[in-house]
Amino acid sequence: MLELVLVSTLNGVLYGMLLFLMASGLTLIFSMMGVLNFAHASFYMLGAFFGFQISLLVGFWPGLILAPLLAGFIGALIERYGLRNVHRHGHVAELLFTFGLAFVIEEVVQMIWGKLPLDYRIPPSLDFSAFTIFSTNYPAYKMFMLLFAIGIFVVLLLVLTRTRVGLIIQASLTHPHMVGMLGHNVPRIFMLVFGLGCALAAVAGVIAGPALVTQSNMAALLGPILFVVVVIGGLGSLAGAFVASLLIGLLQTFAVAVNLSFADVFGLLGIHSNPVPFLSDIWFVTVAQVAPIMPYLLLVLILIFRPTGLMGTRDT
Amino acid sequence: MKFGWRAKLAGAVALMAIPFAMPVSGADDTIKIAYVDPLSGGGASIGEVGLKTFQFLADELNAKGGALGKKFEIVGYDNKLNAQETLVQVQKAIDSGIRIITQGNGSAFAAAISDFVTKYNERNPGKEVIYFNYAAVDPVLTNDKCSFWHFRWDANSDQKMEALSNYMKDRKNIKKIYLINQDYSFGQAVRTAALTMIKAKRPDIEIVGDEMHPLLKITDFAPYIAKIKASGADSVITGNWGQDFALLVKAAADAGLQTDWYTYYAGGTGGPTAMKQAGLNHRVFAISEGIPNLGYGPADEFEKAIRAKYNFSLFYPRAVNQMRMLQAAIEKAKSAEPTKIGAALEGMKINVHDGGEGYMRADDHQFIQPLYIASFGERSAKEPFDEEGTGWGWKLAGKIEAANTVLPTTCKMNRPAS
Repeated sequence: MLELVLVSTLNGVLYGMLLFLMASGLTLIFSMMGVLNFAHASFYMLGAFFGFQISLLVGFWPGLILAPLLAGFIGALIERYGLRNVHRHGHVAELLFTFGLAFVIEEVVQMIWGKLPLDYRIPPSLDFSAFTIFSTNYPAYKMFMLLFAIGIFVVLLLVLTRTRVGLIIQASLTHPHMVGMLGHNVPRIFMLVFGLGCALAAVAGVIAGPALVTQSNMAALLGPILFVVVVIGGLGSLAGAFVASLLIGLLQTFAVAVNLSFADVFGLLGIHSNPVPFLSDIWFVTVAQVAPIMPYLLLVLILIFRPTGLMGTRDT
Repeated sequence: MKFGWRAKLAGAVALMAIPFAMPVSGADDTIKIAYVDPLSGGGASIGEVGLKTFQFLADELNAKGGALGKKFEIVGYDNKLNAQETLVQVQKAIDSGIRIITQGNGSAFAAAISDFVTKYNERNPGKEVIYFNYAAVDPVLTNDKCSFWHFRWDANSDQKMEALSNYMKDRKNIKKIYLINQDYSFGQAVRTAALTMIKAKRPDIEIVGDEMHPLLKITDFAPYIAKIKASGADSVITGNWGQDFALLVKAAADAGLQTDWYTYYAGGTGGPTAMKQAGLNHRVFAISEGIPNLGYGPADEFEKAIRAKYNFSLFYPRAVNQMRMLQAAIEKAKSAEPTKIGAALEGMKINVHDGGEGYMRADDHQFIQPLYIASFGERSAKEPFDEEGTGWGWKLAGKIEAANTVLPTTCKMNRPAS
């Protein structure tokens, strides 16, 4: 039991940190520009595919640096020449723009790399098991993913809270006009933040690609959950995104491990027969079976009872 | 020269119309088969292999003259592993004049097609469409929901579990079994059959886990493996196919989980690589209608030919039987009309791809054939073929004669009046 709890915690934190890498960019972009970037998960996918391509040419490690830079650069270009023009037509146009962009990126990826999963390998230097918990091996690569994600988080936190650039970004989050009045080039800050957000998502893609599956539907698989994280954390709140990422990561991992159903719960209370026979399907469904919808259930509950999210300060 | 917007619009419309107009011409000199399976997303890796296998088989038959002098042609349609999209694609195939549909991945979609085709044929007499199922093994398709227009070449889930559990009952090292299956009609069929049959044949075995997970959506099975590990199981039964099997075993390899595996589709794309990586030497057993290393001459020749052309081995001996029987049925009926093909197929006997005789049972349109249980691992001189360049290959563990795979059916077949 202890083994299951420990391994599940590790897995949950790892998944949560991956989510955070993406959610942090998404929430930064939202709080700054008010753009809900539907194409955000696509940059995660781009990161993985770029990482794969670069790893074929020069190896995994250069890919870890180059792929996010490339994706961030593309993101910045899209902001400068696409989003900025669309911005004039209001938020609905922006929303539709990023929505369309997600499809365009998916199609382009399919055109270049095809629809089949790619053989994106873990670098040989990390292909061993790092340690053993009781009898379960924990792969070194997953440990690397975890530490790398935490590292990025720390750097991001330091940049935002301890540097001048971070100060300006934080100021533009809440008072963009004032920052503009003070002589800063707010559009350029927007562009850089958009690029940075995309690069962060791409980092997640590069490190997740070899461990999960690199294929053209990976954005679509992860996209919805990302919005759940951002909404639960509170739109625009970095700390909220962090907490929500870990929450969702742990929730999904632990839900899989729990075999509880309504029948068991009521069994503990002494009620053994199903009071509503035609609901027997629901009666015997275990938590593990509904694990994939748990985050969405949480999303609905949060929107009903605390629309600003866990740590959000403003309504959308 | 300058065109007005009307001219441009007309031009655009004309251009768009061309692809739709094309298939109509030349429909008479080829026999087209619509292959409706996932060609994108989580099922793509397996759907793609199926498509190429069918194309290879069509080429093989065409080289021998096709049927009635007509050539076979396989047209791929991507159903995106979605029931709605499956029917859209089947309709699209029918609209372009195709009257033979084949599909295999996903019993839920198979049921949708069987139902659709049956209704379509009632409404469109004279334009019947026939559906060949090469891999969807939910027993219900040849029992309560059977249809004259549906033919299945793979042994159904109950037949497979019957054979697999007969093999397992003599293996004394099995004490605790964990079930993990995909949460849809097929996975549920495997689960139910495993539970009832294991309990009946080996009441001393403890079922320590019974898991259902979403179909082809999971990219990291580590949480599930942690759970299997915690349960203390020594054997796992799974009907998982495609990515769901490969990733499951990959996660088992990462965590160092060492159990025996009793499977339906371990040989699918990515499976062998994952099994080698996990170091499960002859600890994964699979039930199928054929493996490469049976030492049967004609099958070996075929295996060499398909490997020379593609980088995969034959995963669908049933597809070979299906295409060869289609050709024979057309020759026998002297017509490529689906109604006549269907009548000709009922009760038809054939020497199956891996040797021995099989027949299409008329009662329920379930193909009856010899089945094999094989384990995957290091090869001896008797096993010439490896899989996915791993060096490991399939080794025969047990053969079940066709007569011993026969199970009763509840099908009440409605045949078209002729």
